[in-house]
Amino acid sequence: MSEPIKIELTIPSISDYVGVARLTASGIASRMKFSHEEIEDIKIAVSEACTNAVQYAYGDHVGQIKLVFTIQDQYLEICVKDNGKGFDVSAPVEEASQDPDKIGLGLGIVFMRSLMDKVEYKSSVDQGTEVVMIKKLSVAHSADM
Amino acid sequence: MVLDLNVSIREKNNVPIIDLEGEIDVYTYPKLSDALKVVFEKFPQTKDLIINLGNVRYIDSTGLGVIANGANQISRLSNGYITIINATPQIRKIFDVSGLISTNFHMMENEDSAISHIAGSHNS
Repeated sequence: MSEPIKIELTIPSISDYVGVARLTASGIASRMKFSHEEIEDIKIAVSEACTNAVQYAYGDHVGQIKLVFTIQDQYLEICVKDNGKGFDVSAPVEEASQDPDKIGLGLGIVFMRSLMDKVEYKSSVDQGTEVVMIKKLSVAHSADM
Repeated sequence: MVLDLNVSIREKNNVPIIDLEGEIDVYTYPKLSDALKVVFEKFPQTKDLIINLGNVRYIDSTGLGVIANGANQISRLSNGYITIINATPQIRKIFDVSGLISTNFHMMENEDSAISHIAGSHNS
């Protein structure tokens, strides 16, 4: 069992840099020998987590979004964290998805949960939001690590 | 790798077609929103709109949200539909996961099949 490898990336909470986070995730997943389809799944999940932070975390001002990729033998863990206003995780999200300038929040969470093996959301008002996602390597790929 | 979206609008057999190339995310989706506005202004009575995703490598919830809003708009304006063509397997998967296909728009293999389907639906 190898020591986990951590790779960190911090981007500003503006839409221009969500693609940079996606490309980083793609490069790391590719290095871990995830399949093409799995890499696409990871890209979407990372993008959705960052998009939620861009659209909701900091209101009108720009903050930071920190991503930590932890490479384990059998899986990739991705933590996406902001220090923004947070939200009540028990509150419904349908209201926000009706805003034409903030399209897709509800779907974003659906995608993260559907495309990753595990997703945990931690958020509280005024204390930011943290999303931790895990994608497991398939047996055939993890044997090569 | 280009993290951008190129958009062009054309017409075939009186059906507006939006050709997209690149990636649709929170940064690029306004270009698709603008294209939909242009189409609905130029073709206010159209019952059909084709969106060609053949050269789209990536789409997420923001892109799907824009297309779903467009589908709602054409439904309100003319009881029409949006038809998606040339989607790659990965992009089809995203549409499938979203659960939007059956309610909001059609998905067809390519432009010819979409045009034939639209012509057939108007003749029936």
